[in-house]
Amino acid sequence: MNFSYLTDPAHWDPSNPGSIPNLILSHLGYTALALLIGAVIALPVGLYIGHTGKGSFIAINAGNAGRSLPTLGLLMLMVTLLGLGLLPVLIALTVLVIPPILTSAYAGMRNLDHRVVDAARGMGMRPWQVLTRVELPMALPIMLSGFRNAALQVVATATVAAAVGLGGLGRLLIDGLAVNDYSRVLAGAIVVAALAVLVDLFLALIQRLIVSPGLKGS
Amino acid sequence: MITFEDVVKVYPGGATAVDHLSLELPTGKITVLVGPSGCGKTTSLRMINRMVDPTSGRILIDGRDVTQQDAAQLRRGIGYVIQHAGLFPHRTVLDNVATVPVLLGKTRREARTAALGLLERVGLTADFAKRYPAQLGGGQQQRVGVARALAADPPIMLMDEPFSAVDPVVRAQLHAEFLRLQQDLGKTIAMVTHDIDEAIKLGDHVAVLRTGGRLAQFATPRELLAAPADDFVASFVGRDRGLRSLSFDSAAELPVRPVDGIELDDAGRPVGLPGVFTKDDSLRVVTDLVISSPGGVAVRVGPDGAADGLVSHHDLADYLASRRS
Ligand SMILES: Nc1ncnc2c1ncn2[C@@H]1O[C@H](COP(=O)(O)OP(=O)(O)O)[C@@H](O)[C@H]1O
Ligand SMILES: [Mg+2]
Repeated sequence: MNFSYLTDPAHWDPSNPGSIPNLILSHLGYTALALLIGAVIALPVGLYIGHTGKGSFIAINAGNAGRSLPTLGLLMLMVTLLGLGLLPVLIALTVLVIPPILTSAYAGMRNLDHRVVDAARGMGMRPWQVLTRVELPMALPIMLSGFRNAALQVVATATVAAAVGLGGLGRLLIDGLAVNDYSRVLAGAIVVAALAVLVDLFLALIQRLIVSPGLKGS
Repeated sequence: MITFEDVVKVYPGGATAVDHLSLELPTGKITVLVGPSGCGKTTSLRMINRMVDPTSGRILIDGRDVTQQDAAQLRRGIGYVIQHAGLFPHRTVLDNVATVPVLLGKTRREARTAALGLLERVGLTADFAKRYPAQLGGGQQQRVGVARALAADPPIMLMDEPFSAVDPVVRAQLHAEFLRLQQDLGKTIAMVTHDIDEAIKLGDHVAVLRTGGRLAQFATPRELLAAPADDFVASFVGRDRGLRSLSFDSAAELPVRPVDGIELDDAGRPVGLPGVFTKDDSLRVVTDLVISSPGGVAVRVGPDGAADGLVSHHDLADYLASRRS
């Protein structure tokens, strides 16, 4: 076991389709797509449940169900049903990100200071204005922490794409194991871990930029 | 004028919060709703701006039934201040104050400029404008809450226990500023408190509610102290109501005796006395001076500060007795 695969410049050459930069790009592609689709589905549902209090059991159980579902197993099931391709991978990864996004959107709305929301209504904001100008900005810190959680999980798990013939950093793990090239496996593990840290830092930066300074430390 | 016409509010679940309330809150005056916790004060207040709709009866503002008006539109024309200020934590102080003008279509710039002036009015310097609510003390937050409610210059203000979350020293300060502000602005104010002293101090009129949401008495503070309608009001007003009622009586008519035995300086001003009173003070001030001064006398001074009369224990007692007959 050594770092030779990681440090070999040939493996960093972007013109080579199997090189690490290209694998990172496709890995990030799966990650971003899964997060996007997951957010489009889970955010409205979580916000609605948190806002109305209707169907709270869904939000609470989603968290537990999500944690216990094996992504690889789900992926294999999807491949059996749908055949190979991007779709089964996206479904499996989306199912992974939905619970943390949904649960945190729910929690963000549930934890709002009702006196502030009441004041907003009392000043003459309409329901849509209360939601967009008061509730969402106040719920943002909790919602974003759930999103960061989801992003971390999906960056680590998107390696499964390689198990069904797609790209991403899982290639280094799968191919490395197949040919007993442990230096390549190690490179894959290191790059995935580094990417997870970078993605989290990036999202932390976004959080700094879009969360009001007035909500810091609360 | 805000009129309650036989208003009843029964919450789902059966609690009668307000029971056949009829009341008139005069324009340009402070009317305080006071009573023990759970007697329906907040509910009554919130029916004015339609945060709660009555089960039966009507609430009219200048003759117009509030339930016939668009709720959001109605609320933008009514200032609303609540106990913990309810400031938006994600907005700066300035943007909090600018909220309603922006809702009414002012540009953010115009609204902010106006908001800056309002901060000054409620006793906050421009340094506070860029801060966030979490960076303010309780009293400061409450001032911002008042400024925010005043921002669109609404003719009516609803205030739900606006001063009860701050310590007594700050509260007294806020009371004084509030009364000064109201003197300038002359808003129609409905205020809720559970503190009878606050009600008597601030109210032009006081509505005492009893548990179950029924009106026990509607009167001026002075009438309330002098003639409580029943035992409930009497006990709620407190045992020292006689003394407190003196704060509504002027000392102008109080007879004085010639100044004698008091050390005076060259200008005729008393030397070394803790307190003196003028014709503008209340009988309560005089009573307090008589009780607390070492010699048992209070010294009256003229506009120039020169002593022009003395009042002793006996003089005061005789005067109070003579008023009774
Ligand atoms: N939203 C509500 N739903 C049901 N009951 C309520 C609600 N709000 C207040 N009540 C009840 O109505 C009564 C009056 O409440 P409230 O108007 O808040 O009194 P106060 O402000 O005088 O303390 C209380 O018994 C309270 O429990
Ligand atoms: Mg109340």
